[in-house]
Amino acid sequence: MGVPLDQDTKRGLTLIAPPLVYALALLAGPLLAVLVFSFWTQDYLTIDRTPTLANYAEALTDPIYRTIMGRSIAISGVVTIVTVILAFPVAYYVSFHVRPDRKSLWLFLITIPFWTSYLLRIFLWKVMLGFNGVINSALTGLGLIDAPLTFLLYNANAVVLTLSHAFAPFAILPIFVALEKIDRSLLEAARDLGETAVTTFLRVTLPLAMPGVIAALLIVFIPTVGDYVTPAEVGGPGGLMIANLIQAHFGGLNNAPMGATLAILAMGIVTIIALATVLIARKLSGGAR
Amino acid sequence: MTDAPLIRLRGLQKYYGDYHALRGIDLDIERGEFFSLLGPSGCGKTTLLRVIAGFEDVSEGTVVLAGEEMTRVAPNKRPTNMVFQSYAIFPHLSVGQNVGFGLRKRRDLTADAKDGLIAEALAMVGLDGYADRAAHALSGGQRQRVALARALVLKPKVLLLDEPLSALDKKMREHMQVELIRLQRQVGITFILVTHDQEEALVMSDRIAVMFEGGVAQIAEAEDLYRRPNSRRVAEFIGTMNFLPATVTGDRVSVPGLGEVPLAAVQATATTDGETVVGFRPETATLLFDGQADTDHVASGHVAEVVYYGDMTYYDVALSGTEATVRLSMRNVFGRPVLEIGAAARVAWSPGALVLFR
Amino acid sequence: MLRAYVILFLAFLYAPILLLPVFAFNDGTVIAFPLDGFTTKWFAELWTNDELHAALMNSLFVAGTSSVLAVLLGLAAARANIRYRFPAKAAAMGLIMLPLVLPEIIVGVSLLVVAVRMLGLDLSLWTVVAAHVLICTPFAIAILNASFQSLDPSLEEAAIDLGCSRAETFRLITLPLVMPGIVAALLISFTISLDEFIIAFFLTGSDPTLPVYIWSLLRFPRLIPVVMALGTILMIVSIGILVLAEWNRRRGLARTGAKDSGGFL
Repeated sequence: MGVPLDQDTKRGLTLIAPPLVYALALLAGPLLAVLVFSFWTQDYLTIDRTPTLANYAEALTDPIYRTIMGRSIAISGVVTIVTVILAFPVAYYVSFHVRPDRKSLWLFLITIPFWTSYLLRIFLWKVMLGFNGVINSALTGLGLIDAPLTFLLYNANAVVLTLSHAFAPFAILPIFVALEKIDRSLLEAARDLGETAVTTFLRVTLPLAMPGVIAALLIVFIPTVGDYVTPAEVGGPGGLMIANLIQAHFGGLNNAPMGATLAILAMGIVTIIALATVLIARKLSGGAR
Repeated sequence: MTDAPLIRLRGLQKYYGDYHALRGIDLDIERGEFFSLLGPSGCGKTTLLRVIAGFEDVSEGTVVLAGEEMTRVAPNKRPTNMVFQSYAIFPHLSVGQNVGFGLRKRRDLTADAKDGLIAEALAMVGLDGYADRAAHALSGGQRQRVALARALVLKPKVLLLDEPLSALDKKMREHMQVELIRLQRQVGITFILVTHDQEEALVMSDRIAVMFEGGVAQIAEAEDLYRRPNSRRVAEFIGTMNFLPATVTGDRVSVPGLGEVPLAAVQATATTDGETVVGFRPETATLLFDGQADTDHVASGHVAEVVYYGDMTYYDVALSGTEATVRLSMRNVFGRPVLEIGAAARVAWSPGALVLFR
Repeated sequence: MLRAYVILFLAFLYAPILLLPVFAFNDGTVIAFPLDGFTTKWFAELWTNDELHAALMNSLFVAGTSSVLAVLLGLAAARANIRYRFPAKAAAMGLIMLPLVLPEIIVGVSLLVVAVRMLGLDLSLWTVVAAHVLICTPFAIAILNASFQSLDPSLEEAAIDLGCSRAETFRLITLPLVMPGIVAALLISFTISLDEFIIAFFLTGSDPTLPVYIWSLLRFPRLIPVVMALGTILMIVSIGILVLAEWNRRRGLARTGAKDSGGFL
């Protein structure tokens, strides 16, 4: 029996319309525009609207683009893994070892640094790592080194360190939420059935926390690939990433179609890696649920 | 007009997409009745209640309340009020503000008159002096009373109660059952109760509609429903019943293990010849103990299982010459021993308690 | 051992932040050790820097406007999401929530392409607002989803049952009960917009927002101590807003007698 739209469906559609139209107009539309743009070419100031794959061919073959794209993925990958590994014990501690009424306070403590200006945090890492920075001053002062260390700043390591710092709360929170959801009697049951503390962790806690870990991996990986400020500030020439390249094409290099192509490629690669991560993680955790 | 039923439901059909939630409901509910909709979860009883309240549109059929067609009338324009399963006490308002919520729009009443009505309603549910309490600080039983007062203060023609006692513990539930009956008699308003608890329905209702899969299986007064269920399904849902295969031949019914009786002696829902089923309630048959003489109808067997309940003992008796086991409930009499498993048993039964099913 | 690690980790999180006030009160233009003595002159300079005031006003305008618009859109979306079923709901919500996982540079670039190259619009604070509404809405929805989720639907039905129209029900029951969520969503959206740099960098015209202005200052080392002073104030304001948001949330919980289920993040 064909039922016409009932009252509730109508109300739902009416409510979702404004935010949906907004997202269609300012997100879906523009993303589509970027896609169209990426098939055009630009010669100095004139844009040639004949659709072509030339930009893609160039982006995928030119060693400069390939190097920077590869570096972006590699840096983000390392940042993601480092951040999640560093974050897990913290989330575990707050979930399992902090009194319930203190948990909010701990989460608050962890998120406060995140609410300080992003630009200033990155700049402060420059101060930490710089030639006359905190670390060098401290080490020189202690007499451990004679001359300031120069490998701290303006390279890929500095980018990894700074991004790991910036995204730490993003990794901690989803893992914490997943750990909180674990029924504590499951752990007691595992111990009761003869598991040790270590095997209980490996066979019960970790698999159950997996959705949170996957969420953390994605939440850190996706935005870091597209990060602009950190590589520009602390990366030096060897630490530049894809976002810097995209920005350059829209700005100084004045080749917007190439910038659009790089943006589309970056999105595509990120999406593939994200989906692969989810699939692999699902496989590893035995396809649970 | 006054003789017409207060609520008249005709041909109600309700679809949720492909799911057929109500399959042709016809129901009349009288003024001042305590009426229950009883059934397992998913049988459509709550949907039916929400149709009466106006929260669900029907796909087909009509709802007439107090002589007025109300099928498409909004809930706030109907002479019904509801006590929700979760009680739906507004947590940001005080008890008094909750009870007075529906009086807000009554321009004909002064503020003092409204306060009077609120106090009166609270007194009626045993919450005198609670008007200024914060609603979220109340216990489950108190919330329920506030929900009742909030609905009754509006003097609706019909009060709808959606599983109102399911969130309470056993003691509180039994207490509130009696309280609700008293309240209903006091105000004289028609109550429609939705419940999945057959005992609750039997205790409280004037009449009960048993529902399965979106349809009404039987409508009857409590005692009738218990004694003369019109199908095995109703019989199984309400209380416990023993079922035995039987054969109808002419005007006689033969039940292996029990014996043969005239068809006219049993309660029959069908009288065609052939294989059929009879049932009887555990308390309608008794075990004969040593020294008790046989009555007219006695079956023999042995005790297969004993379950001791303190005031009662349940015996499962395997009837001689059949595979059948029947359950009997015996009130424990002081000084009489409880039989042991394996003991020989004589079961005295009465033909009038047998219900013959199609 | 775990505890020691966590404390070390917190030290790592806080180390750069703690430098902020150190250099804000340091009497030297070079941001390095050793320190040169105590001064408050950088704070004094803040009050006389007109460009900075302009940038701050721009940012407050952008953050204020974006957060209000984002919360209005978020209210509609969260309500539809929690309360109603309609066709293509998952796809619609997916698109609306997408900015949460999209690198911000992509949002910036795509809007730049459309606004400048295709529509030929002039960049202004309004283009920044448009983009910030887009990225703040998913955060607002995430918070408001939780508010609507914890709202028992029979409360609204009870109000209607007791004679209210839908509009009255929304005003008398729904709005007061989700108000803590609305306030939290406003504060979070405001803070995100206030701090957002890369999109604003792409989409501001001649009026820079505060982060864009700070970015330009980082190229002029002489002004960096002033930035440190500004950063110190911003940090205190941010923490103040957060404390306010958390306090508001707890008050909301206490008022409705609900259980505390962690922070609003």
